[in-house]
Amino acid sequence: MTTQIKDERVSQTSFATKMLQRPELGALIGAGVIFFLFWSVDTTGNFAAIGGTAGWTDIAAPIGIIAVFVALLMIGGEFDLSTGVMVGTSGLMAGLLTTEYNLNVWVAIALVFAFALLVGFINGMVVVNTGLPSFIVTLATFFVLRGANLAVTKELTGTVRVANVEDSNGFDQAHAIFASKMMIGTSNFQVSIIWWILATIFATWLLTRTRFGNWIFASGGDKVAARNAGVPVNRTKIILFMMSSLSASFVGIMFVLRLQGMQAGQGVGMEFFYIIAAAVGGTLLMGGAGSAIGASIGAAIMGIADIGIPYALWDQDWRWTFIGVILLAAVLVNTWIGTKAKGAKR
Amino acid sequence: MRGRILDIKKLAVLTGVVALTLAGCAAGTDSDAGETASTETAAAETVEAVAVSDIKICVYTHGDGGTFWSVAQAGAEKAGEDLGITIDYQGSTNDSARQAATIEGAVSAGCTGVAASAPDPGAIEQAMLGLADAGIATVTMNSGSDVFKSLGAFTHVGQDEIVAGREAGYKFNDLGATNILCPIQEAANVGLTDRCAGARETSTGTVTDFNLDGGLQDLTAASAKIKAALEADPTIDAVFALNADIAAKAVLPAVQDLGRDIFIGTVDMSEDALNAISAGDIVFAIDQQQYAQGYLSVVLLYLNATNAHSLGGGLPMYTGPGFVDASNVEQVIGLVAAGTR
Repeated sequence: MTTQIKDERVSQTSFATKMLQRPELGALIGAGVIFFLFWSVDTTGNFAAIGGTAGWTDIAAPIGIIAVFVALLMIGGEFDLSTGVMVGTSGLMAGLLTTEYNLNVWVAIALVFAFALLVGFINGMVVVNTGLPSFIVTLATFFVLRGANLAVTKELTGTVRVANVEDSNGFDQAHAIFASKMMIGTSNFQVSIIWWILATIFATWLLTRTRFGNWIFASGGDKVAARNAGVPVNRTKIILFMMSSLSASFVGIMFVLRLQGMQAGQGVGMEFFYIIAAAVGGTLLMGGAGSAIGASIGAAIMGIADIGIPYALWDQDWRWTFIGVILLAAVLVNTWIGTKAKGAKR
Repeated sequence: MRGRILDIKKLAVLTGVVALTLAGCAAGTDSDAGETASTETAAAETVEAVAVSDIKICVYTHGDGGTFWSVAQAGAEKAGEDLGITIDYQGSTNDSARQAATIEGAVSAGCTGVAASAPDPGAIEQAMLGLADAGIATVTMNSGSDVFKSLGAFTHVGQDEIVAGREAGYKFNDLGATNILCPIQEAANVGLTDRCAGARETSTGTVTDFNLDGGLQDLTAASAKIKAALEADPTIDAVFALNADIAAKAVLPAVQDLGRDIFIGTVDMSEDALNAISAGDIVFAIDQQQYAQGYLSVVLLYLNATNAHSLGGGLPMYTGPGFVDASNVEQVIGLVAAGTR
């Protein structure tokens, strides 16, 4: 067999440079540094152990499930501000259908998913047909749902929360699938973590291994050029909006089953956390580039901080400041590493 | 160009080395601390229930860190200081899912006892019962006076909202009020609707609920809405505000604008509200004494940990309603300014 002749005209990028060009690596390094930071100030001794891991994954999973799909949408060039309140709407709707109308939990879940897909479809249709910024359109949806959450709940129950969902038909099986716990070692891990991992794998596969994934990058990068190249930009965006709404309703169902009810204000405010997780993970705010794994890493960072701060016996109000700082730092580092790596192609 | 590749490689290697060094140092100190602590506790356990220095009381509420909850937190932390134990206070800002996750993590956080507020008992039920299984004593505070037993807590420390509303109703009767407006500034808070309901039970006049959701976030808008409600019904002669900031910064300006004779009573206190009581503009403030809610919860759990006490007799322990009016306002004013009332 002849030895392969190396073509000196073709330059080789080193493995390290190739890895550093990936948006996730900056986020992963950041996550590692933050983890070690909290490990070193931990007062309980449990932070880096099973107990602490169960804690931060519990907080990260519901953020991560939605953040990966919000990241896909952001790569596609759009924002969805209605995801947070959709968590509340979904949980409340499922709760009301089972407690006020005595529907089986599974039927309620199916109806809630259908509703979420409808809301996502409407978000998408309005954005592509009116040309309005998705920030505005989904902000409007956010307020519509926020008011409806309160008004409909009060109308049907007389109070502002739905309770006693655990008494409905099919609750136990649904609870086992969406809200149960697994004992690993000495701590309970939520099943939401498995759903988080599955969501990340699915979103990454969709983004990097399918034609649809290419369409996502194209729609976000330059939608006019994409359309001219034959990419169905409108259809792609509408599907992305539907996926982000569906992921939010999935988390809403998980919550209502775990909490055995839901407050009318649940979820409001969380929409920014999903966007921050995506941005920290390397997704550009202007679209066209990003990573679903990165969004999961961003969610993990938030979970680590939420557990690490009380474990360090710091005032938990610092959590907000911390999130602001990591957001800025992460985006700066990602941009810097990316530019350096891109510049060092040879 | 080669220089740039080396820079990136150097950076990656440097980061890795720094991170690993930090990990090594941290792992070293933590495992040492862990070992000494466990041998101490093992020795101490043969003498008393738990070594005082190891006690960590966790206070996990739904609070938002505002005027009201910062006082409750101050109470809990002062109790920790006075008793020489560690306190971990976390408020979930009305997010039930977050509060449930925090309570669920109490075992890993090393809590000896947990005090939790329960405005939404169903949400934290599984987490609280899990703590009972793990042998961690719990009490509920501030909200949950009728559900504490089903959550596995041995008592509740707080004020019953219906009782508070009833007492307010009596006060309004004494003033001769016939038509009372009850603005509710947090639509998702059943405790507030309970206060209005309690007042309705004992009032000889009518009590009307009024939706003022989001009032605390925008007090000027709230003031305008209240003024509109008062103008719409000229027979309203009293307002039962459910929060001190609402009373002093939304209701009072509206009433002064209209120039009508309207009695104002409120729940909870703030410096402005107390000054208004001093000046005679507000008649009374119901004080649920949340500093004591924080302080007492910690003391109850401390006594449980050190001397196996389960106090309360299976009933809630009330910290209110206390009334602050013209007769005692001067004394209380100094304490509110200090952040302890």
